Amino acid sequence: MTEVYLNSKFIGNVEQPQDFVQNVIHSRRKGEISFNLNINYNTEMDEVHIDNSKGRVRRPLIIVKEGKPILTEKHIQQLEKGEITYKDLVNQGVIEYVDASEEENVLVAFTEKDLTPEHTHLEIAPISIMGLCASLVPFSNHSPGARVSMGAKNQKQALGFYTANFPVRMDMDVNLLHSPQVPVVKTVVNDVFGYEKHPSGQNIVVAVMSYKGYNMEDAIVLNKGSIDRGFGRSSYFRPAIIEELRYAGGLTDEICIPDKDVKGYKSETDYKYLDDDGIIYPEAFVHEGDVVIGKTSPPRFLSSVDEYSLSAGTRRESSFTMKHGERGIIDFVCITENEEGNKLVQVRLRDQRIPEVGDKFTSRHGQKGVIGIIVPQEDMPFTASGITPDLIFSPHGIPSRMTISHLIELIGGKVGSLSGRHVDGTTFDSESEEDLRKELHSLGFRENGTETVYDGETGEQYQAKIFIGDMYYLKLKHMVSNKLHARARGPIQLLTRQPTEGRAKEGGLRLGEMEKDTFVAHGASLLLKERFDSDKTIVPICEGCGTIAIYNEFKEARFCPLCGDNVEITDVEISYAFKLILDEFKSMGIYPQLKLKTKY
Amino acid sequence: MHDELFKEYEGKLNPKIIEDIKSNMPEKITKTQLKQVMDLVVEEYKKVRVQAGESVGLISAESIGEPGTQMTLNTFHYAGVAEMNVTTGLPRVIEILDGRKSISTPMMEIYLQKPYSTGKDIKRIALSVKETKVKDILSELNINVVDLNIELRINGDKLKELGINRATVLKVLNKEPKTAVRQSTVDKDLFTIRSTTKDINLNEIYKLREKIKNIFVQGIKGITHVLPVKRGPEFIIMTAGSNLSKVLDLEFVDATRTISNDLFEVAGVLGIEAARQSIINELFKVVDMQGLNIDKRHVMLVADMMCYSEAPQGITRYGVISEKSSILARASFETPIKYLIEAALVGEKDKLRSVVENVMLNQAVPVGTGLPGLAVRMAEKTVKEN
Repeated sequence: MTEVYLNSKFIGNVEQPQDFVQNVIHSRRKGEISFNLNINYNTEMDEVHIDNSKGRVRRPLIIVKEGKPILTEKHIQQLEKGEITYKDLVNQGVIEYVDASEEENVLVAFTEKDLTPEHTHLEIAPISIMGLCASLVPFSNHSPGARVSMGAKNQKQALGFYTANFPVRMDMDVNLLHSPQVPVVKTVVNDVFGYEKHPSGQNIVVAVMSYKGYNMEDAIVLNKGSIDRGFGRSSYFRPAIIEELRYAGGLTDEICIPDKDVKGYKSETDYKYLDDDGIIYPEAFVHEGDVVIGKTSPPRFLSSVDEYSLSAGTRRESSFTMKHGERGIIDFVCITENEEGNKLVQVRLRDQRIPEVGDKFTSRHGQKGVIGIIVPQEDMPFTASGITPDLIFSPHGIPSRMTISHLIELIGGKVGSLSGRHVDGTTFDSESEEDLRKELHSLGFRENGTETVYDGETGEQYQAKIFIGDMYYLKLKHMVSNKLHARARGPIQLLTRQPTEGRAKEGGLRLGEMEKDTFVAHGASLLLKERFDSDKTIVPICEGCGTIAIYNEFKEARFCPLCGDNVEITDVEISYAFKLILDEFKSMGIYPQLKLKTKY
Repeated sequence: MHDELFKEYEGKLNPKIIEDIKSNMPEKITKTQLKQVMDLVVEEYKKVRVQAGESVGLISAESIGEPGTQMTLNTFHYAGVAEMNVTTGLPRVIEILDGRKSISTPMMEIYLQKPYSTGKDIKRIALSVKETKVKDILSELNINVVDLNIELRINGDKLKELGINRATVLKVLNKEPKTAVRQSTVDKDLFTIRSTTKDINLNEIYKLREKIKNIFVQGIKGITHVLPVKRGPEFIIMTAGSNLSKVLDLEFVDATRTISNDLFEVAGVLGIEAARQSIINELFKVVDMQGLNIDKRHVMLVADMMCYSEAPQGITRYGVISEKSSILARASFETPIKYLIEAALVGEKDKLRSVVENVMLNQAVPVGTGLPGLAVRMAEKTVKEN
């Protein structure tokens, strides 16, 4: 007797489990019971598990009978003519969905020629073992898995043509590549999901060689000429959103050019782009500090003092201002109302991003790198036929990473662009490397893809033959202009008086614990002190009781709240953080006393 | 030659250096020439010594810590013996430096005296060290429900292998209180054990059976596995489990070289100096196995820190850190509140003489350039009078 479970709940027993399972599967294929049901016979536990709950991962497979797939040539012809759809194949019991537990009982052939009489299923296509992004990597069966998954991840970060209605959208933090191209080397999946409609890269000429060390450690060298012709050019969009809020007591925000008597009024030049309605006009070129949308808010606290004072009812300045280091052109202005009926102003900012040193680019094989130098076209190496590469990729990135697919794509791209066709690089089903090489040879090039190349500056011929070809390159969203950051002086935190943290707050670069250790190890004691004095303070200490005394700046007098003004009070330089910990001790009920002594 | 001159320098130079000079000097060197050489060496030796104000501790920490990040492989297995694995890598380093009382894989290397170390009978010697219990030698252990006694059958082959005779078995079985043991006259391997307690029930018999299983027969307690290994020309015994004091008492053991990897056992049996050396050796075992390169002096400094009192102290908040003189330095490690409150209760003073406290106060740390001060102390009065 074998126990039968439905969704892990016991429902009864069967005598012949194998027959039972076969019957269930048979009637499922005939459509008598739901396709969403899966059944598994666990021989070790002697249990039958049926599952039709939600949340299972299932995958479609072609059913095989006696070593022959049920899917025939006829089905495919009908599909092509549009007489039947994929759904019909499922309904007819040609293709079925199998979940993880049912998979234990099946034997799946990878390709049709692997089929034996024992096989129960056939993979629809070998590439279906991979996900969407991974199957976009051409020739990925020639590269290590780690690199393929990196290539897949990188493609998600690539700039492209994300949607066609972008001019009327207000998206947060969006990039748009100016002239995207369809890859020369494609996979089947590129066609299947309509990659031509929203491509995210460009086909460029890549030479694999070193260039004066400017492409070491994964850096790449870019041709200035290619950039001028539009390679890697993109726009960055960022919205500025401001809402006219309503407050208690009938007070509201007001979108306008702030009056000069408003609290926190900047300067007249900062408001220069604003129209009379307080909103900037389109195509204005704004820089940091410029106001995009002018707004004033009612005073924060309405106390009785304010009512009688002269500055009664002074409104606050609360405009949207361009942040530190930001610039752009006003692209689109939109004035609407939100759900609560408040006036809502949205302004979209556009900034053209031309590739610069530090921008990140990648091929589709996890071979990412940043620009190390941009070289004028006349200084770039050139081939015998006068071709200058758009990009120079370092050969040192290849041996340790073993991304052979990168190299095959280079040849494939070269063949494709020379013969004017697309090259199929579908994983496991691609055009063979040998055929590509033969075709390249017949096109009049060396079959291994190398060419004689000349130094662009001296005109001398390089000794080595350079591997040069065409590749699909992607610009990634990590651009230096969003990350560049340095600080000498700047804002500090209120509590600790130490520099703020992070680029957005113009923060300092932390010298951490381990960095501190290196100073100590060098015995650079005074340098260390200087590094850490960002929060130094002069504190008067009462030598009588050892606590912090008070300095009255107005009277220029020091006194101790405990011992009065008839004691010795000395100024001591300490870090503000230490002053804070002394306060903390006091709050714990510990009395920290400072006993002063001359140091030298 | 010139021995009396060399003697003169014994206090000034490392014995190893003197030895090197001795072996490298040409035969016909004159005394004045040699003296010149020696003085030059002393000069050089002084130059290469660590200077005052060098942060040796921090440099040691960095020099051990950085290679520590590269450590791989946490266990090492001896050929074929699954139970005999050794903790290595970072877990072992942490174990040593923390000064753990009980380590995860205690082991011994037993060196043998001359006639025994040749490898003859090595297996028997090794097995005689291994802790053997009744359950290791029996083939059957049944409860006779009718007679309310236990029948125990010995595995004769195992006995032979372990070099135990049946009389010994009878002797150890007899030691069990409140039982009477009878060896069958027909079958020498069969022993019948009867409880002398009156009105014994089956439950108690069952308990007795479990007790008999764990009766100690021979060997040394704590040694769970033995493995004879050839090391150089001689055979040694590697063991899993450790019992240094008992093993050193055995007459065939070379007590001068036999060692355990349990620091506290070494400290207890051989003293704190041996424990210090043991820390160094054990750390280097890991470092060498990982193919890393750490200067010995860094490890020696750490071992010295751990072993300056009577028992090894770990580098933890209970060990070395708790002995730091500065309150702030202790509080900055772990459990700050605990240290602060303890210090406040007795009114402790922090003299700000070490690194961490001074960083906290933003004062120059007393190492390197921050160390020197004025040789002439200013009178404190004069400062105050102003």
